[in-house]
Amino acid sequence: MEAIQTMADMAARSEKPDVLFWVGCAGSFDDRAKKITRSFAELLQKARVSFAVLGQEESCTGDPAKRAGNEFLFQMQAAMNIQTLNAYEVKRVVTTCPHCFNTLKNEYPELGGNYEVLHHTQFLQKLLDEGKLKVEGGAFKGRKVTFHDPCYLGRANDEFEAPREVLRDLEADLVEMKRCKNRGFCCGAGGAQMFKEAEKGNKEVNIERTEEALDTGAEIVAVGCPFCTTMMTDGVKNKEEEARVKVYDVSELLNESTRS
Amino acid sequence: METFKMIEIACFVLALGTAVFFFQKNAGRIRRNIQLGRDVDRSDRSSERWKIMGRVALGQSKMVARPVAGFFHIIIYAGFLLINIEVLEIFIDGLLGTHRIFSGPLGGLYTAAIDFFELLSVGVILACLVFLWRRNVQRIKRFHTAEMRGWPTKDAQLILYVELVLMGALLMMNAAESKMEETIAGPFAISQHLGFVFNGWSQHALHLAERGFWWLHLIGILAFLNYLPFSKHFHIILSFPNVWYSKLDPKGSMGNMASVKEEVEKMMDPNADPFAAPAEGTAEPERFGAKDVFDLHRVQLMNAYTCTECGRCTSVCPAHETGKKLSPRKIMMDVRDRLDEVGKNIDKNGEFQDDGLSLLDDRISREELWACTSCNACVDACPVAIDPLSIILDMRRYLVMEESAAPQELNLMMTNVENNGAPWQFAQADRLNWAQD
Repeated sequence: MEAIQTMADMAARSEKPDVLFWVGCAGSFDDRAKKITRSFAELLQKARVSFAVLGQEESCTGDPAKRAGNEFLFQMQAAMNIQTLNAYEVKRVVTTCPHCFNTLKNEYPELGGNYEVLHHTQFLQKLLDEGKLKVEGGAFKGRKVTFHDPCYLGRANDEFEAPREVLRDLEADLVEMKRCKNRGFCCGAGGAQMFKEAEKGNKEVNIERTEEALDTGAEIVAVGCPFCTTMMTDGVKNKEEEARVKVYDVSELLNESTRS
Repeated sequence: METFKMIEIACFVLALGTAVFFFQKNAGRIRRNIQLGRDVDRSDRSSERWKIMGRVALGQSKMVARPVAGFFHIIIYAGFLLINIEVLEIFIDGLLGTHRIFSGPLGGLYTAAIDFFELLSVGVILACLVFLWRRNVQRIKRFHTAEMRGWPTKDAQLILYVELVLMGALLMMNAAESKMEETIAGPFAISQHLGFVFNGWSQHALHLAERGFWWLHLIGILAFLNYLPFSKHFHIILSFPNVWYSKLDPKGSMGNMASVKEEVEKMMDPNADPFAAPAEGTAEPERFGAKDVFDLHRVQLMNAYTCTECGRCTSVCPAHETGKKLSPRKIMMDVRDRLDEVGKNIDKNGEFQDDGLSLLDDRISREELWACTSCNACVDACPVAIDPLSIILDMRRYLVMEESAAPQELNLMMTNVENNGAPWQFAQADRLNWAQD
């Protein structure tokens, strides 16, 4: 990976990137999600996209606080982030986290933050369509892959096709789970559940979903959200299937199959 | 006009008047209850709203997501809409003392129309039987969850039985008609095969039977109309407006609280005077979030009266599917039942007298609220665009912003967001470490 530019670096040189890569908290701090961040950054570099990150100037979008009921904290976070983003005159944002994506796209405009916001799978699909990224080697050709829809990309924002198109470009054998697209079943992490123990029940949500993914016979569970990654990976481990079934973000699969 | 006809018209007018009077009174109560909610502006983007109403309410687009229930529901729905044309004739006949007034002007077309209605009514009877089968023999899981015990299940069964009686009365009325000597219409497609029931009856008896079934059908309809305000079946009235007023923004958009926005703007404004007295005439600030039905907005309250307890929301809820207490349908039923309770309180006392009860805790527990993953599956599944998630989130807002009563782990998460800009305890300075590793 080449050196990552921050908005501050570029501003110091009076430069502006075409797009801001919003990394998100999981993408910055969670060891598993950091790999996804790196693979997406590598893809951007391969496609010669002019991009930068906020680095230390990035802060939580406020999504988990808002879904937990703390509107005040959410709006404080939003106000600070919008100030930063507007100071850099950001026009386009791409993010690997559907929760950041949803909040930036749907909840920031009313608070003064108006940007074109894309989920990384949408961005990657565009790069593939424009020929800026080319699939080579066919590492996943014919391999059975199932895609788990993140709620905040799918149902919340009606984007079901972009990640699937990327997978089709990999010539993977895309198999669907019983519940998919607008009927996709949650991984169990949304609405701030990621940060607390689940209420008493007879099963964990991620186990239910993992069983469904395993039922497809897929060897790869493709995801598009760092929280889904955690939940599905934990689920596969719980089912003791980690030797046979891997959980990967769509960008990791694409990064494996492209050269600069 | 003969005296008998005069009496019959008088009875009709009395029955119709009584039914309309009580229906508008009880429907008016529901309307008043809905208006107890907070104001919400959903009058924007009207062309989009008409379209979605056409597609989802009129076109039943979401019903067919479950093909069996969707198919049979469309038959009952079509029956309800189209057979009402015959009911129009019944009303005109009732008022004027005429008999099958449309048969003269329509001629052959009249028989064709009644044939069609009869076929439809057989469809409705079949659909009701299928639905009774699904509830009682097949015992589909979503009809038998905890919140369905008692009245909700009886309500559902009763509706199906009443529909069977109404359709039966219609067919038998036509059957009697077709056996009469001085008939002016018929025989009709289905009812002619039911005529055997009246074999050997005198003309006078046939005439009485025809009248009897005419009255049974009419009284049935009027009684059913008055049953609606006390039943989940009120959805036949509210589904259309409910879809029209639904949220058009992406489902993921939760909406920003205007009152908080004002506060945050003041905090961020270096020129704002923190000690300034509120401007003259400033209203008492509203409660943050929702503790009781008064704190919800009117569309949310309309949602509650629109719900017909089909349970599609609950059957797709990840929390419910994994044995947690949360059921989005129960949330809607709880809101409606609490609102009814508040309404009765107002009817009795003139205005609401504090009863020491609230939607939160007395009906919806905190455990239910915290089990939600905000995945929007319930919102997507609802055939009439009800949004249980918005109510859950508004109640969380109350818990956190008024009571500071979040689960301890969430308090930790929020402290982290506040102090280091991430839900975990990592230093903001380490945000770019992924690029160096």
